[in-house]
Amino acid sequence: MIEFEGVTKRYSSASGAAVDDFSLVVPRGTTTVLVGSSGCGKTTLLRMVNRMVDPTRGRVLLDGEDVAGRDPVALRRSVGYVMQNSGLLPHRTAAQNVAVVPRLAGRDRAAARSRSLELLELVGLDPELADRYPAQLSGGQQQRVGVARGLAAEGDVLLMDEPFGAVDPVVRGELQHELLRIQRELSRTILFITHDVEEAFLLGEEVVILSRGGHVEQRGTPADVLAAPANEFVAAFVGAHRRDRRLRVDERDGVRLVVDGRDRPLGVLTDEAP
Amino acid sequence: MRWALDNLGLLGQLTIAHARLAIVPVAVALLLALPLGALAHRVPPLRGTLLGLAGLLYTIPSLALFVLLPPMLGIPYLSDLNVIIALTLYALALLVRTVTEALESVPPDAVASARAIGYNGTSIFLAVQLPLAGPVLLAGLRVATVSTVSMVTVGALIGVSSLGSLFTDGLQRRIVPEVLTGVVLTALLALLLDVLLQLAGRVLMPWLRAERAVATA
Ligand SMILES: Nc1ncnc2c1ncn2[C@@H]1O[C@H](COP(=O)(O)OP(=O)(O)OP(=O)(O)O)[C@@H](O)[C@H]1O
Ligand SMILES: [Mg+2]
Repeated sequence: MIEFEGVTKRYSSASGAAVDDFSLVVPRGTTTVLVGSSGCGKTTLLRMVNRMVDPTRGRVLLDGEDVAGRDPVALRRSVGYVMQNSGLLPHRTAAQNVAVVPRLAGRDRAAARSRSLELLELVGLDPELADRYPAQLSGGQQQRVGVARGLAAEGDVLLMDEPFGAVDPVVRGELQHELLRIQRELSRTILFITHDVEEAFLLGEEVVILSRGGHVEQRGTPADVLAAPANEFVAAFVGAHRRDRRLRVDERDGVRLVVDGRDRPLGVLTDEAP
Repeated sequence: MRWALDNLGLLGQLTIAHARLAIVPVAVALLLALPLGALAHRVPPLRGTLLGLAGLLYTIPSLALFVLLPPMLGIPYLSDLNVIIALTLYALALLVRTVTEALESVPPDAVASARAIGYNGTSIFLAVQLPLAGPVLLAGLRVATVSTVSMVTVGALIGVSSLGSLFTDGLQRRIVPEVLTGVVLTALLALLLDVLLQLAGRVLMPWLRAERAVATA
């Protein structure tokens, strides 16, 4: 479980707060997505969990324990972190990049290697690619390795900072569904950052819509947010008024067709459970 | 050619002495330049001062340094140590800048991600920054090595034996082949050390070949 308690971050005394009095609970085994436009403080919030950034005021707790009391290096070794552009070490192969995490945690070489191969398989990387350097992998493959490395941490918390932001939409879709599958299997406590609302709605059990200064405009399940946007900002941000979000049912020959605001058919309405 | 074949023993001795007078300064300078360059990289206000001093040091004529150092350090003029210390200073002047720029060439993303997964400060330097600084470092090291090999010859003017002694001796005794042999062997020694450095780079930085193959594909 991750808890933010009235967290504020000022990078310098002259500047305004990057994050101002932010509170949030991410329950164990769930995925919470922070979504907001550039510069609203998402990365700052994420980095306060593993002490890459220390809060100016307030506390961040992991399983009830204030991270301020933890040794930063030991803390980071136990918390998974995945960043945009994969953040892989260019001079280490895919397998070595993942193995670094168990190695830092004190495992021997062989154990680290086998754990690494196991995780690369879990994220769906072709085993033949394991001994390639990052430069020899596609963006999507690099990102899979990045996710495997995040999962290699022994704690259950996984921090993901726009992990799929730099890959093309098709590959992004694949990676999102892989993550959902892995999460069904592993039930990690995931704090995920994106500025893509669709991605937030797909991956988040809870989504938090942020504006400048880490201000929470609304939090709730994707259904809650779409059904009842808290204010104009949220409505505009999630595109509640957008024509492709305004769906209605069109009866044709006894079949109930779902169409969007431009009359494009999206599917058929049934009463069967999926 | 005749002259060289008649003096093989001497040439061997001088080549080994020359190599030692070049390699030791470069190695020592590299060891000193690493912490100094790291400091200049880590503490931006010091960068200008350190690199400025290094540049200034390099402008002192080598012969002047050979003459000035012994009284300052209390060592004899005619000693290897005199040449080694002077050349270490020159190599250091080059390598402090090299190390600083090499560290600056490391992608900040790689350093940030290493920190995020729990490398500590020392291991980031040794296992991430240093290897990724490798290509720029190697380029600077090659320049320093070649230039040091050529500067060793100046030591012959104050009487410290190296391939440079073939110039001084050949001039005095008017043996042109001796001078030519000295020139050729000095160039060959520089070339040999340069090739060795490049080979070491290939062995130590295998990922670069992968990157280059991708870049040209
Ligand atoms: N190290 C830093 N020093 C000073 N200011 C910073 C630093 N990091 C972030 N900021 C500032 O804090 C604010 C929030 O930045 P942050 O990186 O958390 O935003 P973000 O929501 O992650 O943005 P993006 O979507 O562009 O990644 C910005 O105004 C940014 O300029
Ligand atoms: Mg960010």
